[in-house]
Amino acid sequence: MFVDQVDLSEARAPTSVRRKLKPVLLWSAVTDTTQGAGAGEILSAPLIIEYPFKRTTGPVIGAFLTGLRERVLIGSRAEDGRVIVPPAEFDPVSGNDLTELVEVGPAGVVTTWAWVSAPHAKHPLDRPFAWAQIRPDGADTSMLGAVDAGAMENMQTGMRVTPVWADEREGHICDIARWIPESDGGNA
Amino acid sequence: MRDVAIISFAQTPMRRRVDELNEVEMLMPAVHGALAQVDMTIDDIGFTCSGSTDYLAGMAFSFVSTLDAVGPWPPIQESHVEMDGAWALYEAWVKLQLGEIDTALVYAYAKSSPGDLPMVLTRQLDPITMGPLWPDSVSIAALQARALLDTGRVTEGDLAEVAVRSRRDALANPNAQLAWDRGLDDHLAEDYLVAPLRRSDCPPITDGAAAIVWAAGDEARSKVDRPAWIRGIDHRIEPIHLGLRDLTVSESTRIAAEKAGVADGPVDVAEIHAPFTHQELILRQAMGLGGSTAINPSGGALCANPMMTAGLVRLGEVANRISAGTADRGVAHATSGPCLQQNLVCVLEGDN
Repeated sequence: MFVDQVDLSEARAPTSVRRKLKPVLLWSAVTDTTQGAGAGEILSAPLIIEYPFKRTTGPVIGAFLTGLRERVLIGSRAEDGRVIVPPAEFDPVSGNDLTELVEVGPAGVVTTWAWVSAPHAKHPLDRPFAWAQIRPDGADTSMLGAVDAGAMENMQTGMRVTPVWADEREGHICDIARWIPESDGGNA
Repeated sequence: MRDVAIISFAQTPMRRRVDELNEVEMLMPAVHGALAQVDMTIDDIGFTCSGSTDYLAGMAFSFVSTLDAVGPWPPIQESHVEMDGAWALYEAWVKLQLGEIDTALVYAYAKSSPGDLPMVLTRQLDPITMGPLWPDSVSIAALQARALLDTGRVTEGDLAEVAVRSRRDALANPNAQLAWDRGLDDHLAEDYLVAPLRRSDCPPITDGAAAIVWAAGDEARSKVDRPAWIRGIDHRIEPIHLGLRDLTVSESTRIAAEKAGVADGPVDVAEIHAPFTHQELILRQAMGLGGSTAINPSGGALCANPMMTAGLVRLGEVANRISAGTADRGVAHATSGPCLQQNLVCVLEGDN
């Protein structure tokens, strides 16, 4: 379609331009669709959105992610003494760098939760589960996790849960495959 | 502080899905409605600022193409925030305070319907420790609702009351998407969507647009009988990690309300941007609103929640009531981010 609209006649374009454009515009790019069996069809091409670079996660978040790979939970100590997990790179009050890392949990306490009866395809579990904020032992703040509790009746604020680690871990938040009530086994 | 007022507000009817119009076409009635109400054109505007998000449009710099709704030729002074239009309004307010311009146009729009909105909103969470888990926006709100219920300060019945009142008030709002008269029992009989939230505790998914015209001093007085003057405006933000804050209160709203001077006089009307029922209760407490204040007479975000726009609509709804003379002093609130992470509070007043 576009080919018909491009006027490459001698009068409109100098010979040198014609020579350059002809193979580029006409023959390699569009001839198959415009002149072949698919004439008149809408052209399409794959669009892949990507960041073609890597970013380091730094000494604090990096330590947290490395810890997950080694089945260890890492927090950072704030200036007021609180242990924050996932670790904060900067003090939430003063903004100063935080450098002291502290091992916490991995088991902990549910501080709030929400029951998902119809999981989304992207959710971490394919059966009804609870989102929960979980405060690991030794920490003063909570982190998000999916608790595999079977039924809503098994969930309660204040209950103890423990992580189930993925078999293959790569230093990613999904290295914690799920959390389970400590009463269901613990020390998994 | 320079006297600056909202002199005009227009919004499109809020709908679940606007398929037949593109964003420019959807936005034009709001922009040109707001200008026409005060006999102005884009040539009369000193500064234009908009709020929208590329994450809904699915393309980078999507706001550039929607400038066509304004007609930016000859070139105009223009800016954009990847936030609710309430923050675009704040940027314009700062510019008006600087004194270089006397008028401003602020607009906001979103088509929330084409994508999977609760999943799109997970992209505003921490990308390393939360985003990969895909916790949808309803689930995140439900975590906050549970924390609030656990304090014993409110019950599920209190949440239901907010929903019932809002949808009933929306019957008088021709732009509302959801409006009905149903009782508490109907609400409480619903199954949980994500416990402890029921579907009626949640906002609808909405496509729509809104626009506001600002003017300073005599320019405002010459255009309308009763401009809605800004007496105070402030916004504050809290950490992104839910575990770092007390989800049952809104400290950022409390500080913003204090700085904006909410408590300096009686509040006739308050439009609170609370997408979920429990959030209205948290915000009312944070701003000290109750008693004689009419809360969300428009029905609020529970009746229409166009992304990036619902906060700006709150400002417009309060301004309309002041200009119409049904209120003398009002409070408008806008929120952004998970579990009320960022909040803006504005106090508006009419002359007597």
